[in-house]
Amino acid sequence: MAFNLYYYASPATFYGLAGRLIPWFAWGAGILTLIGLYIGFFMAPTDFQQGEAYRVIFIHVPAAWMGMFIYLVMAFWSAIGLAFKTRLSFMMARALAPTGALFTFIALWTGALWGKPMWGAWWVWDARLTSTLILLFLYVGIMALWAAIDDRQRGDKAGALLTLVGVVNVPIIYFSVQWWNTLHQGASIKPSGTSMDEIMLAGMLVMAFAAWFYAIAAALVRVRTLILERERHTDWVKAILES
Amino acid sequence: MEWASWSDFWAMGGYGLYVWGSYAVTGLAIVAEIILLRHGRSQTLKRLRRMRKWEEQ
Amino acid sequence: MLRFLLTVIRRDLLLAARRRGDWLTSQFFFVMVVSMFPLGIGSEPAVLRMIGPGVVWVAALLASLLSLSRLFADDHRDGSLEQMLLSPEPTVLLTLGKAVAHWLIYGIPLLVIAPVLGIQFALPAEAILVLVASLAIGTPILSLLGSVGAALTLGLRGGGVLLTLLILPLYVPALIFGAGAVDAALAGTGAEAHLSLLAAFLVMSLLVSPWVAAAALRVSIE
Repeated sequence: MAFNLYYYASPATFYGLAGRLIPWFAWGAGILTLIGLYIGFFMAPTDFQQGEAYRVIFIHVPAAWMGMFIYLVMAFWSAIGLAFKTRLSFMMARALAPTGALFTFIALWTGALWGKPMWGAWWVWDARLTSTLILLFLYVGIMALWAAIDDRQRGDKAGALLTLVGVVNVPIIYFSVQWWNTLHQGASIKPSGTSMDEIMLAGMLVMAFAAWFYAIAAALVRVRTLILERERHTDWVKAILES
Repeated sequence: MEWASWSDFWAMGGYGLYVWGSYAVTGLAIVAEIILLRHGRSQTLKRLRRMRKWEEQ
Repeated sequence: MLRFLLTVIRRDLLLAARRRGDWLTSQFFFVMVVSMFPLGIGSEPAVLRMIGPGVVWVAALLASLLSLSRLFADDHRDGSLEQMLLSPEPTVLLTLGKAVAHWLIYGIPLLVIAPVLGIQFALPAEAILVLVASLAIGTPILSLLGSVGAALTLGLRGGGVLLTLLILPLYVPALIFGAGAVDAALAGTGAEAHLSLLAAFLVMSLLVSPWVAAAALRVSIE
């Protein structure tokens, strides 16, 4: 399939594409959320050890996955932007950060509310929780750096560099439960199979896709606003402003 | 999953505070982000239109 | 190339020698911050031994961050940074040299002061040895990673605090392994594992920081 990627590297064309894609991802996220919550609350059975408290998992795990995944995507676009000097790549990185930070916060919050009834503590300083907290600090630091730099190009590149320096933290979070003896449970889902109940797993995966679609929709909305701002001197933006 | 009654559903086996505390904060956070996204876009459009007017004078 | 590197280091050492005030302030800051904790938390030897390694390490982080905001800013202000960037020598040597100089000026004194602080915190001799060893491996990491932060935040308003915000998350592994090494020595389980991981982190920082800092300098100056 001869698909010219460079066509969509132009902010003008990407603006249109994003606008067409947003409704699909937004509605998709909404529908998947309803399905996921239905599975989570009305199909998944009570857990033998944890009772009903485990149902936090349907938000906690998807949020944690997205917090890490979005950072990786940010790092990807940062690298592309630094390598190829494509403006849109930097804009995508900027558009993703707030959503990634939000999901990381949600992971920490729901984790605390799950930890209290299960472990008896709102917070412990084990490897996974600590490195997830560090991930949140990294997000905040990157956004603070963008906020502090007025020069847009300098801000793009500086933020990209900082993002890439911090990316080493993500594998640390992921592997922390293997490398250290931690209170946090180990991976329930491995390439070799899973130890989770199938319906619980299904609910979790549906919610994970819902979170993913939501993140894409939010990032696309944000990037469209960024594009308008940066390309305001072009004719096509002027046409939009007039309408 | 058969809930005996709505009150059982809300109680979540005694863990209601934790479960609903999680879902409520998540819901609020998502709603807040959506509101901020829409607000950001409309504010930007407003500002850009204003700037165009000044630049044209 | 080596000559350029040594020149950068020597220049910074000379400048620091002429402005001894900055250097002294940093060392006193380190000592004072560490001394605050027994006053605030309580001076029972058992408690001191528990918090000592962490307190000394955190104070080392903070003292390092204080001095880092000046790493490039002074040269930037009088135009000499731009001159150095114009030279045909690779910028990597500039950032590496600056980081090394920073460590020589601000890191090594911490190693000298730390044993005294260790005694203040009722640490046994073996723990003090591990403390100094962990700082010996760790302080270069602080200078290297710090140079990246200093380059990124060059000339920005809110500079020093922003630098702290950006770099502290990156310092965390060094803090965990550094203080953890001393805790392990105190517990009798041996500090080798922590110190090796710390050394590995140093090697990683050495391989990455000078290049990222050089790229960041170019981004901040152009």
